[in-house]
Amino acid sequence: MNEPLPNISQLDSQGKELSFVTVIGRDQKGIVARVTSLIFKHGLNIEDIAQKVMQGHFVMIMLVDFKDSKSDLEDVKADLGRVATEMNLQIQIQHEDLFKKINRV
Amino acid sequence: MTISVEEVFETARMTLFQHFDIRTVTLGINLKDCIHSDFPRFLDNVYNRIKPAAQSLVREAKRLEVLYGVPIVNKRISVTPVSLIMETHAEGEKFLAMAKMLDRAAAEGGVDFLGGFGALVQKGATRSDSALIEALPEVLSSTGRVCSFLNVGSNVAGMNLDAVIALGPMLKRTAELSGNGIGCAKFVVFVNAPEDNPFMAGAFHGVGEPDYSVNIGISGPGVVRDIVAANRDCDLTQLSEIVKRTTFKITRAGELVGRELAKRLKVPFGIVDISLASTTAQGDSVAGIIEAMGIERVGAHGSTLAVALLMDAVKKGGAMASGNVGGLSGTFIPVSEDERMIAAVQEGALGLDKLEALTSVCSVGMDMFAVPGDTPAGVVSAIIADELAIGVVNNKTTAVRIILAPGCKPGDIIDYGGLLGRVPVMQVNRYSAENFIRRGGRLPSPVTSMRN
Repeated sequence: MNEPLPNISQLDSQGKELSFVTVIGRDQKGIVARVTSLIFKHGLNIEDIAQKVMQGHFVMIMLVDFKDSKSDLEDVKADLGRVATEMNLQIQIQHEDLFKKINRV
Repeated sequence: MTISVEEVFETARMTLFQHFDIRTVTLGINLKDCIHSDFPRFLDNVYNRIKPAAQSLVREAKRLEVLYGVPIVNKRISVTPVSLIMETHAEGEKFLAMAKMLDRAAAEGGVDFLGGFGALVQKGATRSDSALIEALPEVLSSTGRVCSFLNVGSNVAGMNLDAVIALGPMLKRTAELSGNGIGCAKFVVFVNAPEDNPFMAGAFHGVGEPDYSVNIGISGPGVVRDIVAANRDCDLTQLSEIVKRTTFKITRAGELVGRELAKRLKVPFGIVDISLASTTAQGDSVAGIIEAMGIERVGAHGSTLAVALLMDAVKKGGAMASGNVGGLSGTFIPVSEDERMIAAVQEGALGLDKLEALTSVCSVGMDMFAVPGDTPAGVVSAIIADELAIGVVNNKTTAVRIILAPGCKPGDIIDYGGLLGRVPVMQVNRYSAENFIRRGGRLPSPVTSMRN
């Protein structure tokens, strides 16, 4: 069965500063709430969001836009790191170029 | 353009679970225009060139780590071979003074290592080259970050055996002066040394390079190991294909970081060298890839074929991914930095003979292995000469980084901690090549018109 993979986004980054937030770990209450409220706090816009269980991991992926954010990437990263520690999750934030470059020729 | 959740997950997994990293970013710096007849002024020129460049490199590299979420493990500087710029100051004490100043500039600039304290002597040594070699034991044992190389041969020039003879006593002295032999880990001897190698200890900024260049060394044995382990039943053609595809992705990531870094530093982008290189972290092992292919312990019969397959697949994947792939692409097989290599030595699966054989198909050579400190100088030179002959005759880069472990016998372990890891001391052949090696002279360059 060739079920099409869910798309995270039709990447069209004109004028946007897009990064992927990847959350991996055990499914538990409050992951979406904690992460999205932090994204909101820093003034980032969530462009797209998807979640799935893959290879035994709960995976949530968000595409966020930094365009209107006043926060430094370092600060966002540090806050996400705190949530990751508290909830025993792996959270990464990575610029969209990395995914474009790796996955598209 | 559409990106799927699966692809995002796969990319994020590379850094989260499979130890994918940019192993090293190396900024090459030309120092030829710093030369001055007044030695203190010359030192100042070099210091003022290196320190700010190092600071910018470290600052921008750290920013890119955050932006892309890919760790950049080492930030390094390589410089014009020091023997070249010291031609008018060819005295041992001045070499030591230069080394100490380079060490200080590197430390204050915040880089991990500085390479290029070396010479190219494939056909013969100048006065400056000889003074540098004489100063090496003291330089390597009294500085922390300065790395040294010598190129003693090429497939065009043959091999300078006189230089190889000098290395036996030089390395023994270095090991003694640095107590536990650690000084030896900062020195590598090459044939066919590439001018744009981003990896220490052999990095230097060649004379064919521009004023600056950024070279990237990327790794990811963990990523390759996982994909090989997940494909236990495929044949060798399919296995090569899988490794190629994986390497392609890794190389693309490395090139992205390299080009962005070069842009931010306003210097030309040099090469991306995709060479799988182990670290002491669990699972980040090249020998682990070989074992995942189906070799019970690296060193067993079949290992050479496995390394050959891996090398070729990595080069092919890399070549497709970037037009600037470096000459050392493939895989390193250091002993001390790879938990599975260490285990193979300790369990008797891997000896010096097989290690040498593996290097005929790996990217560089015999790396980070230890022999007893009382090994005669002639035998040390013979180990080096054997390995380098493979490179001269087969038109490839080979190198030796050998540690003479003071007071140790085969089976002992020296633990350097961190990046350099644990080194099991290996048995050397007890018969001597003294009478052959001490003939000296130059190994004639091989005839290449009759290759077969």
